[in-house]
Amino acid sequence: MNIALLTSEIAVVILALLIIIFDLLLPRQETRRSLGAFAVCGLLGILVYTFSQYGISATVYHGFFVVDTFALFFKQLFIVATILTLLFSLDYVEKMTRNAGEFYALLLLGLVGMMVMASATDLLTLFVGLELMTIVFYVLVGFDLKSVKSSEAGIKYAILGSASSAVFLYGVSWIYGFTGNIMLSQIAEHITASPAVLFGMGLMIAGFCFKLSIVPFHMWAPDVYEGAPIPVTAMLAMASKAAGFAIVLRVFFVAFNDLQMYWLPIVSALAGLSMVVGIVGAIWQKNTKRMLAYSSIAQAGYILSGMLAANPAGVKGMLVYAVLYMVANVGAFAVTLAVYNQCGSDDIEDLSGLSQKSPLLAVVMTVSLMSMAGLPPMAGFVGKMYIFMAIADSGYLWLAILGLVMSMISVYYYILVVRAMYSNAVKDQQIFTMSGSLRIVALLSLIATLFIGIYPAPLATLANAAAMALW
Amino acid sequence: MIGMAHFLTVAAIIFAIGLYGVLTKRTIIGILMSIELMLNAVNINLITFSHFITPEALTGQVFAIFTITVAAAEVAVGLAMVFRVYHDRNTVHAARLDEMHW
Repeated sequence: MNIALLTSEIAVVILALLIIIFDLLLPRQETRRSLGAFAVCGLLGILVYTFSQYGISATVYHGFFVVDTFALFFKQLFIVATILTLLFSLDYVEKMTRNAGEFYALLLLGLVGMMVMASATDLLTLFVGLELMTIVFYVLVGFDLKSVKSSEAGIKYAILGSASSAVFLYGVSWIYGFTGNIMLSQIAEHITASPAVLFGMGLMIAGFCFKLSIVPFHMWAPDVYEGAPIPVTAMLAMASKAAGFAIVLRVFFVAFNDLQMYWLPIVSALAGLSMVVGIVGAIWQKNTKRMLAYSSIAQAGYILSGMLAANPAGVKGMLVYAVLYMVANVGAFAVTLAVYNQCGSDDIEDLSGLSQKSPLLAVVMTVSLMSMAGLPPMAGFVGKMYIFMAIADSGYLWLAILGLVMSMISVYYYILVVRAMYSNAVKDQQIFTMSGSLRIVALLSLIATLFIGIYPAPLATLANAAAMALW
Repeated sequence: MIGMAHFLTVAAIIFAIGLYGVLTKRTIIGILMSIELMLNAVNINLITFSHFITPEALTGQVFAIFTITVAAAEVAVGLAMVFRVYHDRNTVHAARLDEMHW
């Protein structure tokens, strides 16, 4: 047994525990910014270390935990998302709560859950990782003690999340009963298309769809995204969703690969529905976070549709898209947070005249939203192209066309936000301030979105290697 | 003779009761209790399969222990949230959670 394969997970746990200890040692009135900076430095170190793990393909704990390119790709995505979120939210967390140390420690523990999910090769490990992540998020969503919305969002997420976990587990128990195994590779050997197995698979799909906020299990997303503190919303949108896709890909392409004729039609219908409901829902929103929540439902639909290709090309498209979506979201949420810090609310109206107050943030927001809409030369265009080309090759041309039409409609409500920033008059004449780290994150997001959009080859190569690891 | 089908039927009935409770209960505490029922139905299922399908391996029983632990953590967080909600609004009725809607 090679425990060294677990180094990055163990390191993140130690980092979280150290932050709790330092939090206790720091005097009560002292600022907690140093803890956030410490977490960022630690994560940067771990991120650098994970690059040394490329090329490994080995398992620990009797094959319950695997380190391969696919898992590493997702782990790096989660770590980068956490680093960027921490960087742009240092001020906000300080203002929001007196327990900033606990906030950072919990965020890191949620990160461990995601990393375990990316590496899980059996239903038990997968379940433990999933629950570690979601239980941490229940707490984080309700972390803002001053806000009534935050506690409401927290309890809604906790109840719906626990219920969906129970449904998911009930499905797992049927799969276990009728294949006699919980290892994904063993399940694949023993699986037959009996009604009980299909019933279990259906329940598991419902559970996964909840975590990914796929229609018709998306009802929680707008409320939770709106009520949660902004950094938590950002993590929910970027990392928790990507973690969900990591386990969905492994479960469906390893364990249920032989049942493709049963789950492909379901997935295509769910993906199409998510695109339509997400885009139509977003049009009416007045709150930036709520608009991004509906937009994330639609984006989940785009990413999910990549599964229909059922080949490495489709999975490659999904992985590329997950990264692009993260990069674009970092920019959008950083701007939302900067505006929130300034005027204490996060409605789209509050973005009015941002171009005069802070031209940089207005440009970052515009580029991020256009990337989500999929306009060239922004990165989102590349991601959509990979996915839609892959599924059109596999005979799902109708879904590719639906996706394109929906992307065009989505430009409409993204443009509404851009118009508010550029043409509306400034509401107040306060001087706009933001922290240096937020400025850096916004710039990084801008540069990455444009760079990947113009020169996607390196990311595509990496995603391709990761996708090949599944087959 | 009581066989596997009987246990599975009991589990299915308990799961259905739990699901019905989640969808119809009006207080958050009631909903949390219904979720607990659903998770216990899962445990019955897992242990039944462990006993009848894989008697030589304890996979299902180990899984059930993990499920119990995770369910405890979930309910602990859920109850803490109920305290927060009660503190904010003096009620634990699910219908009163209407701060956000479009």
